Amino acid sequence: MNATASEMLLVNEPPPPPPPAEPVAADPVPAGIETVGRITVDQPRMTSRNVSVMYGDKMGIEDVNLDIGKNEVLAMIGPSGCGKSTFLRCLNRMNDTVDVCRVTGTIRLDGEDVHDPRLDVVQLRARVGMVFQKPNPFPKSIYDNVAYGPRIHGLAEGRRETDAIVQRSLEKAGLWNEVRDRLEQPGTGLSGGQQQRLCIARAIAVSPEVILMDEPCSALDPIATARIEELIDELRENYTIVIVTHSMQQAARVSQRTAYFHLGRLIEVGETSQIFTNPRHDLTEDYITGRFG
Amino acid sequence: MTGAALVLVLLALAAVAFHLGRKRAFAVSAPLGGAKHLHSLPGYYGSLAALWCAVPAVIVLVLWLSLESRIVENLVVSGLPEEVRALPPERLDLVVNDIRNLVEGNIVSGEVDPEMRAAAGRYRELQRTSAAASAVVVLIVAVAGLGVAWRRVAPALRARNQVERIVRFFLIACSTVAIFTTIGIVLSVLFEAIRFFGHVPLTDFLLGLDWSPQMAIREDQIGSSGAFGAVPLFAGTLLISFIAMTVAAPVGLFAAVYLAEYATPAFRSVAKPALEILAGVPTVVYGFFAALVVAPLIRDTGTVLGLDVASESALAAGLVMGVMIIPFVSSLSDDVINAVPQSLRDGSYGLGATRSETIRRVVLPAALPGIVGGLLLAISRAIGETMIVVMAAGLAANLTANPLQAVTTVTVQIVTLLVGDQEFDSPKTLAAFALGLVLFTITLCLNVAALHVVRKYREQYE
Ligand SMILES: Nc1ncnc2c1ncn2[C@@H]1O[C@H](COP(=O)(O)OP(=O)(O)O)[C@@H](O)[C@H]1O
Ligand SMILES: [Mg+2]
Repeated sequence: MNATASEMLLVNEPPPPPPPAEPVAADPVPAGIETVGRITVDQPRMTSRNVSVMYGDKMGIEDVNLDIGKNEVLAMIGPSGCGKSTFLRCLNRMNDTVDVCRVTGTIRLDGEDVHDPRLDVVQLRARVGMVFQKPNPFPKSIYDNVAYGPRIHGLAEGRRETDAIVQRSLEKAGLWNEVRDRLEQPGTGLSGGQQQRLCIARAIAVSPEVILMDEPCSALDPIATARIEELIDELRENYTIVIVTHSMQQAARVSQRTAYFHLGRLIEVGETSQIFTNPRHDLTEDYITGRFG
Repeated sequence: MTGAALVLVLLALAAVAFHLGRKRAFAVSAPLGGAKHLHSLPGYYGSLAALWCAVPAVIVLVLWLSLESRIVENLVVSGLPEEVRALPPERLDLVVNDIRNLVEGNIVSGEVDPEMRAAAGRYRELQRTSAAASAVVVLIVAVAGLGVAWRRVAPALRARNQVERIVRFFLIACSTVAIFTTIGIVLSVLFEAIRFFGHVPLTDFLLGLDWSPQMAIREDQIGSSGAFGAVPLFAGTLLISFIAMTVAAPVGLFAAVYLAEYATPAFRSVAKPALEILAGVPTVVYGFFAALVVAPLIRDTGTVLGLDVASESALAAGLVMGVMIIPFVSSLSDDVINAVPQSLRDGSYGLGATRSETIRRVVLPAALPGIVGGLLLAISRAIGETMIVVMAAGLAANLTANPLQAVTTVTVQIVTLLVGDQEFDSPKTLAAFALGLVLFTITLCLNVAALHVVRKYREQYE
């Protein structure tokens, strides 16, 4: 995939200087700045236009325009507090659960406006699944964790169909072989990496089109992280994935496109290999070369 | 000098000791170049001096006061004439009692002979001497302690560590007071209960169906059977607790769910304190509310419906007790529901669950152990509750499951057994201890079980 990019980062070579063609702004970013790079894709799964989020009087993100293509992995990087999670949570309207949060702008899933009152938020979240930073299996059995979504959405009739969905989801999440003999044991008893794959299986079980992952590996050890990264690559075949990560190596390894956020704005977006080898914006370059972040 | 004045003087001495110790610490550190060369802050040297001054003196004072009356009495007795001293111990006790009454100016049994007067005079004399001597001895000990501490102050003295050790002993002593009090209460209840079981067999008490604790004082007295079968009391307690829990458990739980999951912060900030006010109403107020408002209401309603309702019914007491327990259940449940991590809720919402699905299928199951623990605590509270049932449930020891009849409970019977005059060794009085023991055992078991469950639950999310 992006072998060159990740290798380059691992040996910590300085990236080539950005081309002087584009006039780029210095920190702090002036209001109304255009995002550097191409925000659109040929086959969009989700699109967002002029998306801004306010937490009370506080700006969460401002004027984000970004497309997410079918069967691609989009990585979002940027310093803490720059609004990556906030943007991610707009995509399945998880921000609705935060009282003070106001979202403006248009977000479409397969052309449908996700804020359309006719669209049920519950249905939206089934189509746009989410995996969280800390593995959060329910204090139920492994089986019940995976069957939770299909049951509340009535996706399976009878035990046989539920069994099939549970098995298929666990297989896709690469967990089936490890837990097939102990499906009745509590999901909280698994190791951290297994718990996170259980959460992925739980999200897959409702057949989403998009899976959002918010720093899914930040609580995991390197081996468990490698398993999840492999899994993300496999899942790309069937799902669109948006992943927030703090690890630039991870972004380079798993994603096709990368978006860089800074202070609530989308600064630059582009092919992952281009972002890591040839960032066009000063802020992006500063961040990926580790000058701050 | 009276004891109170002595204590005040000791406190003043301790304050002086603090200042002297502190000054001494500065003085010994001056040649070394200031207080920073001391092992501890100067204040610790002051505290150490104050403790050296006060603690041994207080110990001496306490010992003196506890032994004083013994020694004085023995001295007085030994001064009595031969024939009085030869009396049997019980009679001698009476004589000593008379002397003490004379000393305190109380009314004395019989006429007072001059020998007694002399003895009383001696008694007073000895008490005065003892008081003076105690003051002198205590003050000497205090000053000596101060002197020792003053001499020991040196830069290398680890005053901080020593003060902390003494403080630790003090803390240990305080915590053991509570423990020993509990043990003492349990033992006294246990021994009296064992005496009761000497009169009434354990099986009769635990399995008997008839409770009428009136004992015949004369042989020929009628209507005083003295039956101590406690089953009607246990049944009444269970019935009322059951009614109370059928009110409190659902109402408290649903209130907690609303407060924890749905209520806006504004509503919460009003409703939570309001519920706590409910918990702060004295039980005696609930009691007369139950007896004067709820019970007649239930009886009148029953009459309209053609039911036969006693004017004091288990239903009235149980309902009001249930209302009393609601805040317990709701605030404990609210705590455990809030302790369910937000990440579980997010996980459920992220899968497209609605709020009520999330509560029913994730939050409540996760909080269940904690809720069960809270309910057990509430039950033990209901079983031990007294005032409401005394006023509203009646005294008749009926063995019935009909909530419209009057029943009585363990706590009510303990009250009635001990109200008014009683002999301390009659089975009627001792029965209170046996009932108390049963009550204590049950609530202890419930509390232990509840704490165990709650602790298990806490561990799950740490
Ligand atoms: N629930 C919230 N209430 C108020 N402010 C919030 C909330 N969540 C996030 N924010 C603010 O929004 C900004 C972006 O946060 P976030 O999206 O979590 O950043 P990131 O995930 O990139 O670290 C931060 O300044 C943060 O303080
Ligand atoms: Mg974040």
